[in-house]
Amino acid sequence: MSDDALFEFLCRMGDNTLVLGHRVSEWCGHAPVLEEDIALANTALDLIGQTQMWLGLAGEIEGKGRSADDLAMRRDVWDFRNILLVEQPNGDFGQTMMRQFLFDLWHLEMLKALSGSSHDRVAAIAAKSVKEVQYHVERSGDTVIGLGDGTSESHRRMQAALDLLWPYVGEMFVPDHIDAQMSEAGIAPDPGELRATYDARLAEVMTEATLTIPDSGFAHKGGKSGMRHSEHLGHMLTQMQWLQRAYPDATW
Amino acid sequence: MYAQMVKSEATQEDPEKLATFQARIDAGEKIEPKDWMPAGYRKTLIRQIGQHAHSEIVGQLPEGNWITRAPTLERKAILLAKVQDEAGHGLYLYCAAETLGVSRDELTEMLLDGRMKYSSIFNYPTLTWADMGAVGWLVDGAAIMNQVPLQRTSFGPYSRAMIRICKEESFHQRQGYDIMMKMARGTPEQKRMAQDALNRFWYPSLMMFGPSDKDSVHSAQSMAWKIKMNTNDELRQKFVDQTVPQAEYLGLTVPDETLTWNEEKGGYDFAEPDWKEFFEVIQGNGPCNTERLAARNKAWDDGKWVRDGLLAHAEKRSMRKIAAE
Repeated sequence: MSDDALFEFLCRMGDNTLVLGHRVSEWCGHAPVLEEDIALANTALDLIGQTQMWLGLAGEIEGKGRSADDLAMRRDVWDFRNILLVEQPNGDFGQTMMRQFLFDLWHLEMLKALSGSSHDRVAAIAAKSVKEVQYHVERSGDTVIGLGDGTSESHRRMQAALDLLWPYVGEMFVPDHIDAQMSEAGIAPDPGELRATYDARLAEVMTEATLTIPDSGFAHKGGKSGMRHSEHLGHMLTQMQWLQRAYPDATW
Repeated sequence: MYAQMVKSEATQEDPEKLATFQARIDAGEKIEPKDWMPAGYRKTLIRQIGQHAHSEIVGQLPEGNWITRAPTLERKAILLAKVQDEAGHGLYLYCAAETLGVSRDELTEMLLDGRMKYSSIFNYPTLTWADMGAVGWLVDGAAIMNQVPLQRTSFGPYSRAMIRICKEESFHQRQGYDIMMKMARGTPEQKRMAQDALNRFWYPSLMMFGPSDKDSVHSAQSMAWKIKMNTNDELRQKFVDQTVPQAEYLGLTVPDETLTWNEEKGGYDFAEPDWKEFFEVIQGNGPCNTERLAARNKAWDDGKWVRDGLLAHAEKRSMRKIAAE
């Protein structure tokens, strides 16, 4: 296993939490009820905290003196390694919570597996994050159920959100050469192995939510490899990175 | 100070009951929700606590404006935590108001249709990152001036909410000052942003305390009831005396050429803010009134299907539970 591959893997973990944390933070002050404003900010905070750990370690492994902030604020789109799902726009609250649940469910399984990683630092970050993500998945799952099994309008909107986001689920489970090296070194699981647990839990929640999982195995790809992000990511970075780019000599 | 110009209600009730009530307040006792209270006390408190709660909620917007542009991950996390605290403050305060017999939804409707106000300060825009510093340092600093004494207010739930809120506000003010320090000691552009933020937020911060006591008709009754603990001018003076040395330490200039130390009174003499501007802002003509209310209305309207959906689900679930029993 090369350090390059480990760096790449750590960027995948950190970019997922960075990009999703950013998206969730866009809700600040605009949520449907006060409790949701608080919960969304809380989720975003957890994700940003996890980003600091993943990208911090990525910078150390890379050994070029780049900090977590350098990685977050000074890379361009093609160097981001997050999956396409997390960069999708917020849409309505239902779409945001559906995106969250689809991610959380994978995230939890991934972190559980990483808690037993052969790499001590990876295991430590995962063990800390898993407690937070346990709560995320509980909350997003409850919200998906509540809105799916709510009024006919909330049901309609949640089904539309699931239909829209479903093609972005597959990317989380498709292994590539980086995953192969990680799993060979005992650092991370083969993502394909997480799918059965994911599907079983997903089916339970969607049944309770009275929602229908689309009958399609099609999966958009290109986020975690960095090969082809969606157009949305670039716009997000123009905001997120603006101060660092406009005033490169400043410290904040 | 997140409640401005709260109209105090005259009260016409049994003089004996009123005297006993006043004696309890004078003795420093707390009034609790189930205790007898004059109708005017209840109404004034609902207005004041409601206005304070609304200020916390609308106050999320000018800072939320910079969360997605925060320059580092740490600054982003701190700002998120701060704005989250503000939503939490809104929640405590709405709960305190609910003990007086008004629901959160009723209060929200009154904010959204303009029947209730929020603090004038949140109608000013946040234009650079230094504004996040200035808001914490000056706006939270001004709020603390008023909120610290309110921990001793006569209404129990309000007092207890204030105790929790004050702990968090002092952290907010420190983080704001920390941003200002970084900016004031940073590159020439950062220093310029810091000075510009102080220039724009100085007078609006002074306005937060409300008009001068001589023009404030609501003070006497509220002070007797210990709903208001200090006069507007007392608090404004205290704020200026505390803030001017902090600005000097930062190497920034307070935008007031008349500012001088007055040895005799042991405080600064300073220029009054433009009260005409203040009343315009209160009337809805501040730089951001339209956007702020529109944003809150949009959040509420767009969120209706979510609230309805979750409520419908909760009802279905309890029906199923009853059916199963």
